[in-house]
Amino acid sequence: MREPSFVERHLRVLFPLPAILFIALLMIFPILYTLALSFTSWNLTSGAPLRFVGLRNFEQVLTEPRFLDAVLRTFGFTIFAVLIEAVLGTAIALILNRAFIGKGLAKLLLLLPLVATPVAVGIVFNLFYDPTIGLANYVLSTFGLPQGLWVSDATSVIPSLIIVDVWQWTPMITLIVLAGLAGLSEEPFEAARVDGATQWQVLRHVTIPMVMPTILTAVILRLIDALKTFDIIFAMTGGGPGYASETLNIMGFKYSFEYFRMGQASVILIALFFFVLLCSLGIMKLRSSAEN
Amino acid sequence: MRKKKILQEAVFYLAVVLISMVVLFPFLWMLSSSLKTQTDIIAWPPTFVFTPTLQNYHKVFGEQDFLKYFINSTVVGGLAVGLSLVLGLPAAYSISRFTQKKLALFILLARLMPGISFLMPWYIIFSRLGLMDTYIALVLSHMLIALPIVVWIMSSYFDSIPVELEESAMVDGATRQYAFWAIILPMSGPGIITSVTLSFIFSWNNFMFSQVLSMEKTRTLPIAVYNFVSYAEVDWGGVMAAAVAIMAPAIILTMVFQKFVVKGLTMGAVKG
Repeated sequence: MREPSFVERHLRVLFPLPAILFIALLMIFPILYTLALSFTSWNLTSGAPLRFVGLRNFEQVLTEPRFLDAVLRTFGFTIFAVLIEAVLGTAIALILNRAFIGKGLAKLLLLLPLVATPVAVGIVFNLFYDPTIGLANYVLSTFGLPQGLWVSDATSVIPSLIIVDVWQWTPMITLIVLAGLAGLSEEPFEAARVDGATQWQVLRHVTIPMVMPTILTAVILRLIDALKTFDIIFAMTGGGPGYASETLNIMGFKYSFEYFRMGQASVILIALFFFVLLCSLGIMKLRSSAEN
Repeated sequence: MRKKKILQEAVFYLAVVLISMVVLFPFLWMLSSSLKTQTDIIAWPPTFVFTPTLQNYHKVFGEQDFLKYFINSTVVGGLAVGLSLVLGLPAAYSISRFTQKKLALFILLARLMPGISFLMPWYIIFSRLGLMDTYIALVLSHMLIALPIVVWIMSSYFDSIPVELEESAMVDGATRQYAFWAIILPMSGPGIITSVTLSFIFSWNNFMFSQVLSMEKTRTLPIAVYNFVSYAEVDWGGVMAAAVAIMAPAIILTMVFQKFVVKGLTMGAVKG
């Protein structure tokens, strides 16, 4: 047996090292940089030098109504969108979970929203929603319903954006649940059938409990992404009208790249980071408990 | 009894058609609007029957610098994915063979954390280094999208390759790194296709990073499409043609590699 070389003995560290260094440099360092900036006052446009201001940015941002509204809005958008996606997505998966003509095509169609460019999706929906020429109002009017202003009105903008998110991401839940259903073992179903369970009983007491872990993981993945939703909101409303659709991500973006108030922007980014981290810890906990 | 069965089937297929229509409709509306004249688009009630025209496509590909943005998107995505494979394949191999779960989670963090919390510092740092509007800045940022996807997909792909393959080569005197290069990688085609397809699509669709880090020289397609609508009067036909042009490559990739894409998108959740 030959003596292992230096590289071979340390492969476990050497192989992932470039990737680790890359992520440390491009992700960990910038996050720490953001953290440090949050204690400073720095306006890139004014040319004034960076100043240490202690907790002043936190006091200012955390007590500002615009920020608190953005937090509530972010959670409202996320919870409603993901709840609808979870229920619809699971229901569609349960419907499609059998052999049928055109199943391959149906699954291909379900993939399309997931790979469609979100900015372009947002713009297409803006054409739908356009109050004067849009199809949405035409459909309403043919049913004799009053026409809406959709994304142009403060009260309807968030539901209108939720519809877009639901259209784009429900198929993700469906495909994940379908994959989960395909991996279930046959035995519990046969046992239930032998016991004379009705279709509904099988669904409620066997199928759903068995795919629940998969549904939960899919939901948490969606929660994390929905909290960060940026592209469709930015493209469709830019956070407007007024601040009516301004989520944390949009607000952080504006403070950073429109007002260039980097110190205050950092506080907003840290808040968003914190919420996403909480959800991420949830998913990791779920994974490790599923493995044990 | 038979009647009931037929009715059930009819309801089922009706549901399938309905679901498919809802999914497909925005794409169809986008495509048909891209073939309409501005008069047809702003007509009320909306027109469903019209004479198709390619003028919007001529306009988009002719007057605008669309081809340049197309190339920019391809170059940035291609380089980001390629370099992510270079960094990600050995990392994924190490995670798989030495069961380094903590390391896997560390790299997954890059997929989970909000991009804007690195983007703001990048903006400051890249400005200082004079790297704004360069491929370097864009490729580095897009690598942070591609790398976690590559590592995540490839580490579970390597899990499915029996360890005995390298071990027997190593008994015969090959080094582990040689076995990885000469035995494992050539067997990893399906995994690599999955990770390349998915990470390229996500880079292709990325808006936020490119919006901040690119300007005229390196502008990518999503930014060009977005800029189309920021004019006072929206040229809907042109915008829809641009939207078709940007979605077409991702959709074609998805059709060609359907099985891989489904697997890549769903495996993380199902495994857990």
